[in-house]
Amino acid sequence: MIELHALHKAFGKQVVLDRVDFEVREGETVALLGPSGTGKSVLLKHIIGLIKPDSGTVIVDGKDVSKLKRRELSKFRSHIGYVFQNGALFDSMNVFENVRLGITDQEKYSDMDYCRQRIAECIRLVNLTPETIEKYPAQLSGGMRKRVGIARAIAGDPKYLLYDEPTSGLDPVNADIIDGLVQRLDHELGVTSVVVTHDVRGAFRVADRLALLSEGRIVMQGTPKEFLDSTNPKVKEFLERDFDNPTLAA
Amino acid sequence: MRLLVALGRWVLDGLSHVGRLSYFILDAARGLSEVRIWWPRMMIEAWNIGAGSLFIVMLISAFAGAVTALQTGYQFTGSIPYYVVGTLVVSSIILELGPVLTALILAGRIGARYAAELGTMRVTEQIDALESLGRSPASHLVIPRVLAGLVMIPALTVLANLSGVLSGWISVKAVLPVTDADFIYGAQYYWRPWDAYYSIIKAFFFAGSITVIACYMGFNTQQGAEGVGRSTTTAVVTSSILILVLDTVLTRLLLNQ
Repeated sequence: MIELHALHKAFGKQVVLDRVDFEVREGETVALLGPSGTGKSVLLKHIIGLIKPDSGTVIVDGKDVSKLKRRELSKFRSHIGYVFQNGALFDSMNVFENVRLGITDQEKYSDMDYCRQRIAECIRLVNLTPETIEKYPAQLSGGMRKRVGIARAIAGDPKYLLYDEPTSGLDPVNADIIDGLVQRLDHELGVTSVVVTHDVRGAFRVADRLALLSEGRIVMQGTPKEFLDSTNPKVKEFLERDFDNPTLAA
Repeated sequence: MRLLVALGRWVLDGLSHVGRLSYFILDAARGLSEVRIWWPRMMIEAWNIGAGSLFIVMLISAFAGAVTALQTGYQFTGSIPYYVVGTLVVSSIILELGPVLTALILAGRIGARYAAELGTMRVTEQIDALESLGRSPASHLVIPRVLAGLVMIPALTVLANLSGVLSGWISVKAVLPVTDADFIYGAQYYWRPWDAYYSIIKAFFFAGSITVIACYMGFNTQQGAEGVGRSTTTAVVTSSILILVLDTVLTRLLLNQ
């Protein structure tokens, strides 16, 4: 379970997160919505300890992430898969080596037979062909890079998956493929997921619950139906552009 | 008043960098225990530094040796014994030109490369990705680069010294009636083994300043492509200045006791 209590973060004079309370229960997929630049990615990076809060707490499975020591943090991170916005693949490594780095257990990482088998499995799970394994990030399309990023995140068999804008910069067809993939992985792997996105349609498709972040605060948390029925002006304003969208309405 | 505020801000900024750099070094040192992670990467980096820089380092040192010899020839009046030219060329190259020129070339070549590489990795979230996978950026990225520099830059300096002395020897014969025996006699007459150690010790300190500053600047890159450019320039300028400062300090400490 992930719990954020009164989380506050400012960069200089700019307050990005203002006493945010946020919760993700075991096994569910929560989409964190909000316009660009409202601190969604900053919130996600707090969960994995890449950013430390100015005040407030981030509790994951009963542990306060900001108080974990170096080794504890490293061990804690091995249970979390993080999918970066642009893949964040290592340019100098091919797909095989990139995904292999996701195998966080050192014994398994050193066992090449296990690595080959696990990487092939992850590549198949994200709908990429086996030939992709030999390619370098520069030889892949944006959508393929995102899928390799997802393969790397799941390679260590994580308990939690954190997606940072998994569909941003993709055309609608590729965005649908990624959304379908997120949905399928959540069911097949039984992981708890947080999906940061500003794509309302995708969020409604993949999430059990939604949260809207605006001006550093969580405006609303609830099920997709509760969001559609909401009279909150900020929620309505954010959803408005997609209300006429037949896919969302369906 | 504005000048004072600007000066105060500059001093505070400098102190903050010193503090952060110290923490960066301590943090990186903790990764030294992960030998199996940094060793293979260090070998790759060592090869890149050595093979990639050998030609330019030896070429520039050869020109420095030749110019030193030719200028010595120009200043010789005939009242000074010819063998002294051997002393001058060997001492100038080994004590100063070899290590300093090599370090300044490598600050541009290796320092810029490291700062740009790590800066790009920072702004494209590759360093964050490494951390998110529970892996230490120090043992994967910093230690291999710093150790490769500490091994290869002194080695390149030794080769640069040889190249400079050899080139000076050949060049001086073109302008002065110096025999090989004169040159060797002069070179040996004032030779102290400590000179060679001094040259390598200097190269070792220069290597540390080039690699550590470049890695630190790369790691602290912000704001996209512009930030990468800024980090790269700052890394080269800072390490070049530090090389000259260290050159003065080490000369005072090691030669003028």
